[in-house]
Amino acid sequence: MNRLTIAEAGRRLRSGLVSSVELLESSLDVAHRTESQIHAFLTIDREGAIASAELADSELAGGIDRGPLHGIPIALKDNMSTRGVETTAASQILAGYLPPYDATVVGRLRNGGAVLVGKTNLDEFAMGSSTENSGYGTSYNPWDITRVPGGSSGGSAAAVAIGSALGALGSDTGGSIRQPASLCGVVGVKPTYGTVSRFGLIAFASSLDQIGPLTLTVEDSTLLLSAIWGHDPLDATSYPEKLPDPASLLEAGVDGLRIGVVTELAGEGYEPEVEAAVADMIERLGAAGARVIEVSLPTVDLGLSAYYLIAPAEASANLARFDGIRYGLRVDGDTTETLMARTRAEGFGPEVIRRILLGTYALSAGYYDAFYGQAQRVRAAIRADFDRAYRQVDVLVSPTSPTVAFPAGARVQDPLAMYLSDICTIPSPLAGHPAISVPIGLDSQGLPIGFQVMAPALGEAVMYQVAAEVERLAGFDAVPQIAEVAS
Amino acid sequence: MPVEIDIAHVARLARLDLSPAELESYVRQLGVILEHAARVQSLDSGVSPGSDHPLGLTNRYREDVRRPSLDRDEVLAQAPETEDGYFVAPPAMGAG
Amino acid sequence: MNWEPVIGIEVHVELMTSSKMFCGCAVEFGAPPNTNICPTCLALPGALPVPNRAAIEAIMAIGLALDCDVAPQSVFHRKNYFYADLPKNYQISQFDIPVCSNGHLDIEVGGEVRRIGLERAHMEEDTGKSTHVGDGGRIHAAESTLLDFNRSGVPLVEIVSKPDMHSAAEARAYAQTLRSLVAELGVSDVRLEEGSLRFDANVSVRPAGELGLGTKVEVKNMNSFRSLEHAVDYEIRRQVDLIEAGGRVVQETRHWDEEAGVTHSMRTKEGSSDYRYFTEPDLVPMVMSDEWVDKVRSTLPELPAQRLRRYIDRGLDASLAGVLTASSPGLRELYESAVAEGAEPRSAANWVTGEITGWLRRNELDETRVPLAGAQLAALLALIEEGTISSSAGKEVLEGVLAGEGSPEEVARARDLIQITDPSALRAAVVDVLERHPQAVADYTDGEQKIVGFLVGQVMKSTRGRADPRVVNEIIRAHLDGSEM
Repeated sequence: MNRLTIAEAGRRLRSGLVSSVELLESSLDVAHRTESQIHAFLTIDREGAIASAELADSELAGGIDRGPLHGIPIALKDNMSTRGVETTAASQILAGYLPPYDATVVGRLRNGGAVLVGKTNLDEFAMGSSTENSGYGTSYNPWDITRVPGGSSGGSAAAVAIGSALGALGSDTGGSIRQPASLCGVVGVKPTYGTVSRFGLIAFASSLDQIGPLTLTVEDSTLLLSAIWGHDPLDATSYPEKLPDPASLLEAGVDGLRIGVVTELAGEGYEPEVEAAVADMIERLGAAGARVIEVSLPTVDLGLSAYYLIAPAEASANLARFDGIRYGLRVDGDTTETLMARTRAEGFGPEVIRRILLGTYALSAGYYDAFYGQAQRVRAAIRADFDRAYRQVDVLVSPTSPTVAFPAGARVQDPLAMYLSDICTIPSPLAGHPAISVPIGLDSQGLPIGFQVMAPALGEAVMYQVAAEVERLAGFDAVPQIAEVAS
Repeated sequence: MPVEIDIAHVARLARLDLSPAELESYVRQLGVILEHAARVQSLDSGVSPGSDHPLGLTNRYREDVRRPSLDRDEVLAQAPETEDGYFVAPPAMGAG
Repeated sequence: MNWEPVIGIEVHVELMTSSKMFCGCAVEFGAPPNTNICPTCLALPGALPVPNRAAIEAIMAIGLALDCDVAPQSVFHRKNYFYADLPKNYQISQFDIPVCSNGHLDIEVGGEVRRIGLERAHMEEDTGKSTHVGDGGRIHAAESTLLDFNRSGVPLVEIVSKPDMHSAAEARAYAQTLRSLVAELGVSDVRLEEGSLRFDANVSVRPAGELGLGTKVEVKNMNSFRSLEHAVDYEIRRQVDLIEAGGRVVQETRHWDEEAGVTHSMRTKEGSSDYRYFTEPDLVPMVMSDEWVDKVRSTLPELPAQRLRRYIDRGLDASLAGVLTASSPGLRELYESAVAEGAEPRSAANWVTGEITGWLRRNELDETRVPLAGAQLAALLALIEEGTISSSAGKEVLEGVLAGEGSPEEVARARDLIQITDPSALRAAVVDVLERHPQAVADYTDGEQKIVGFLVGQVMKSTRGRADPRVVNEIIRAHLDGSEM
């Protein structure tokens, strides 16, 4: 069967075949039937969503058209601030927190007429690759409910895969959009750092975090990205210039493009079926006219190590504000110091505590130079590697994840193995570059495999150009069984 | 290369009240991760650190213009304890 | 043994921008608690900082006024420490590349000018305010802390001196001179009592003549220039007494207790402070181009050092120039406009810093609004210069003018103060005085020349100051020398 895309839903809305309220009801219905098994959402804002859908319908009827997202049900990862709607970042330390303000992306979605269905599950504070670190229970993969959906934007990826939303926003720090997109068989994009406002995104690692879209198709991805990106005066790292149209080259094909295959992102630890599927796609891209070139990024091997120093270091400061004084959980104590230390030990889960300790250590006197300082040098070296590579090629490609979705519980006891899930997705954010994951097929167990296209800074148009061709060549139109049953 | 970690000191800096058993477990995990992370030290330290904005942004400012503040009641409603428009915390420091 | 104190001062200046350092909340003293707060200054999850351009230009102005180098490129850092009034539990501050470094400030102590070096001036944000309530409101016995975040995120410039001061008086002079400088720049209201200017002193002592530094102690909580001086004085004595009694100074922070007149040791916040500074990833580098620095420089008012130099170049002696430099802007404006109207610079300066300042103080009037125009002062000085009125009558004319009786000439006429210069009109008064003081006349005949002054004074008195003393002097001498009997 053909799943409803944002683009198609928009056409049907405008031709009167369907109403926004009906689209929403269908999404809520899917959620209703699947949530007990998938647990994609932490909060479903049924009332707010119905009101928005009704408004969207009456606006359209009145000739007010807010654009491609008008009347479309969209889900938000629960680390984006939504006024009056509980926002927890999947942490017990924020249980019950009702923000008094909207994140910039939330405001843009509202202005674009989107219907915000609810807040999706994630690894606590976006720290993880499986959603198993959620303070409110794991999400499960729609393709196999004994497996993880990936993470940290696992709830958003699962919601799009089953259709409880037509698109979703996630946040990517070291792969948190692309890896779950890969594991759930959807399209996920981490845009160029600075193109999407971070104002209102609960920070994990400020120099890496970037909000991006999760959708069923590459075209939908450009629609959702176009709605949220662009300069925001409330974010000092936001790029102030006009951005290119990401969809300008969707139909251009890959004839004459130079596609680099990253030598280092293969080999040990990569599942043979994943490697085979990726190699096959590269061959087909070559057949479609692309010049395929082997490219080496020699320092990329150090990326994971650098990432697991830089991200926790920034997180150790970003998460210092959760102290039991102004909002969220409080565990009492005789002094402010005791209160804070107890609140934090109680309110944060083990992975968050682990990373705070790691980051605090990496920044502390005597270790700063050897760890944090040196990690920043690796970061510069990786950027230089990319710069050299992009003088040779237009885009770089690799698997998104070395493996397909792994069984729940398989890596929980081994943080390092969990961290290795991000090996392919970490280099782009370290460089600030955009990257996309596109589903290219299922393995023999019926689990999706993702293909990653990386592009230089502000290279979204060429990234989408290649992704669109990958999507056409793959012809991936499988639907998880649970979604078929649901619909 | 084994990494030396004063975990109790780190937990204090991070304001985390952890039990000795928890500290023991975290110090072991951190040891493993840091040993892996220490690979960054293999890079020639002649490279200068890369914490700049990837798009090379500099001089991003706002003009000195006021914007409306938040409604106090809405903000204080989120606080664990308040009094007469203030947030309330216990005293700043113990006798020890 | 002789001990030499070594003192460095850290000054925190709250800038009076319209909005805060990193958000659009109002900078406003005395607003109801927690009314000037937003996601950013309250550190709500997801909020981000954006620096206020006016604050950056203000610190550049401060740096330029202190002859600092303005860094071509500067960055913000996060300074990590937990404290209830610091909402993010890190402060956005600067670490190794401050906006300004290597400046100096000239201060005057006991008639001598000393140059105090400046390490740096950096940009940061203020914390919220804690009020400790409970038993007596003292920190250690407090039952709870009330938190108000209106002050959180107010732009703060920290100015760090080199350890170049060697007495409490120098410390005080430094703080006062810096305060008036910042006030003249108009970037802060520098109110000590409201905390918009705060200082900490780093004090150590060393044997006189030695170059190494002793262990330093940071003294906090001085809220007036007087308490700064007393606290530094106390701390110097405490350290000397301690060392002489065989003890050792410990590096620590001490709290000045104004009432008791002593410093108390403060317990350190964290076992050992480790601020884990790292580049603030939410902000991008600041690039201070030459053009930008020049633009800020062009907006600077004339600074005291430049003004002093200009006055001296105009012929004022150093001490008069110094007094005028330190005078209120209103008085200095009066001086400038009088000179522009043709008044002789030295006498204009003397009148402004003497008679006019005195009159304002006697009448308890605001020195920033002087009820006298430069043209009026110039006209008054011209009357004296031409000999139309005497210098002493000038003071009376001034009173009249200030009292609104008219122009200097009108007042001089109305009050009958025009000087009598016609000898024939003065002769009778001279003869009268000589007749009434035969002893003085006799003394003069005996060779006591100085007695002439006395006699001139008597004539001036009998003419109510209107006589031209030079003419009177001539007539008296003529009489006494017998050339005219």
